[in-house]
Amino acid sequence: MNPHPDLTSEVIRGIGWLYLLLFAMNAFWTALAFKKKASLSSVAAWAIYTAILGMVGIAHVTGGAQPEHFLIRMPEWFKSIIDAGAKPEIYFTLSLLLFCAVIWLRETLVKPTVAWVVLNGMILFMALSMTDYDFRQIVGKPDNVPIVAMLFIVAFFTWLYFKRAVDNDQRIAAGRPLFEQEDNDKVLVWPDLVYTEMICMVILTAVLVLWGTVLQAPLEEPASASRTPNPSKAPWYFLGLQEMLVYYDPWMAGVVLPSVILVGLMALPYIDFNKKGNGYYTFNERKFSILTFMFGFLPLWIGLIILGTFLRGPNWNFFGIYEFWDVHKLEVLNNVNLSEMVWVNQLQQPLPVAPADAGIWTKIGYILLRESVGLVAVVLYLGVLPMVMAMTVFRKFFMRMGFLRYMVFANLVLFMACLPIKMVLRWSLNLKYIVAIPEWFFNI
Amino acid sequence: MTIGEYIRDSQIWKSIFRHPAPHDRRNRVVVMLTNFFLHLHPVSIKKQGIALSYTWCMGGITFFLFLVEAVTGVLLMFYYLPTLEHAFNDILALRDVTTLGIMREIHRWGAHSMVITVWLHMYRVFLTGSYKPPREFNWVIGVLLLVLTLLLSFTGYLLPWDQLAIWAITVGSNMARATPFLGHEGPGAQLLNLGGYDLITNASDARFILLGGRFVGEATLNRFYILHCVAIPLVVSLLIAIHFWRVRKDGGISQPL
Repeated sequence: MNPHPDLTSEVIRGIGWLYLLLFAMNAFWTALAFKKKASLSSVAAWAIYTAILGMVGIAHVTGGAQPEHFLIRMPEWFKSIIDAGAKPEIYFTLSLLLFCAVIWLRETLVKPTVAWVVLNGMILFMALSMTDYDFRQIVGKPDNVPIVAMLFIVAFFTWLYFKRAVDNDQRIAAGRPLFEQEDNDKVLVWPDLVYTEMICMVILTAVLVLWGTVLQAPLEEPASASRTPNPSKAPWYFLGLQEMLVYYDPWMAGVVLPSVILVGLMALPYIDFNKKGNGYYTFNERKFSILTFMFGFLPLWIGLIILGTFLRGPNWNFFGIYEFWDVHKLEVLNNVNLSEMVWVNQLQQPLPVAPADAGIWTKIGYILLRESVGLVAVVLYLGVLPMVMAMTVFRKFFMRMGFLRYMVFANLVLFMACLPIKMVLRWSLNLKYIVAIPEWFFNI
Repeated sequence: MTIGEYIRDSQIWKSIFRHPAPHDRRNRVVVMLTNFFLHLHPVSIKKQGIALSYTWCMGGITFFLFLVEAVTGVLLMFYYLPTLEHAFNDILALRDVTTLGIMREIHRWGAHSMVITVWLHMYRVFLTGSYKPPREFNWVIGVLLLVLTLLLSFTGYLLPWDQLAIWAITVGSNMARATPFLGHEGPGAQLLNLGGYDLITNASDARFILLGGRFVGEATLNRFYILHCVAIPLVVSLLIAIHFWRVRKDGGISQPL
């Protein structure tokens, strides 16, 4: 029995072109290594690797009748391992580890050979994964193609940033002028800039026309208000926000947190008092701001979009990249509110409920009493913690910024941290809401 | 006299271009000062400031994609009617029978690309510290442009009127009903009542204003169409003009101080 019913020769040919692309890239790379007089053994190794890629690619593209015979597949055991680990906590932890590793190993990663090997690994992983039916179903959706591309593009530009930043940091340490300051005479905009712009426009137009020819824009069934698709997803650039709905109610995830992100971005130039690093790439001179921004942009924004697009299936359940999107997959949800943990589990008594004939103020009093622990925690978090941080970890910041600026800064940092904090609380304690007042639609 | 020289020497040519062809240094300066499309640029610029590995060209690409969206969008507007009767069928016809129906593909892929390039532009501007004084306010305008780009894409998402469209908009706009005070399922909305009558209901809250109804329907289609084709592009055009003007006034492309 063929476990891949639709691994048609067309798909195999497509994968073949991917191998041929890799072949062309590596042929170029080998030639470059040869030209730069790299050691014979390394040139030979690249040449052998390139030759193998070429043969594999040709075999895929030309093999017509019985393509399965020489098809290289992602091994099943590897797929089972990946799918077995398909949990949001594992995904998020791994993305954080990757983020830390990139920062930590930046001086190694910026070496062209290392980056080239990583890029090869990524494309090979794609090519091998494409042999899996379920992987292809998700990645191959027309609207998801730009997101796959975005993954590579963001990785490339992050690499480019570190390359320039590491170079500049070494220059600063050695007391040499910055890269941007060397060979920096004035040139005329015509032709130096105008031609670049022209070439960019021509290439982009060509890319868009080609893309539009090869890939049709998605069009599903006509709209019907009675048939809800499962999963129902927002446009892909909002999927990070939709993912936050798992941890927060819509008023937080859909309104308050996005507003805080926007206000925070706009406030950014006014709270960053560091005068260094203006107009050139550097990491060491502005570690805190770079790390904070990158943490927000890479694992939280881009990372959660990837998660929401590729890993969230029917009923917003979490699926591995090789897993079938089973509508009937069940995930046990027994999340508990903080108030229940405190009153029922710890104090061994029922939640405080106002008597049925109580007045409005008594009822409010009982609700506040019931949620008192969570409310105090929130007040401490947003009200008191900034002061504590001002006296400890952010002491220098507080002195430089002044009260108002510091309070804005501290609250923005705390709002950013509240998502990972809630994630960890959910995964470790099954915490549902810190403050649960459904009577007022006020759940945190 | 060659034909080229004859044309460039004619009264018509001279009346259009106001200056000789930019073949020598003097005219390369003059062209930047006298041509409307080029006058956004300075005459000369620091070499490292325009290096692709420095700027990533993402701001420029975003602007170019905005122009592509405008051109393809206008062409699509000639064909497409934002009504329940026609919307879906018009898109279907664009795919299957219409000459130059590829405009829809270019429009959609260009829109996705624009969202990505505008993020990368922000990423680059942050990483080079280009938001620091004197460019703080231009960063703020940039953030507004980023939001408007997302809203442009979001409003356009509804127009094909297929399952993908209405449910994505439904999911996205459902957030609005949980807006604090202004959404009928938001915290604090119950406080806004007059003599026992709620001011914020599902027929008067933020979501209702966004959708023009209690659910995604024809009124929503009309509302999003106008937002997508007229209202937001107008605001974006104005902000782009200010954004570019401020780039020049704040000292051009950022460079080490």
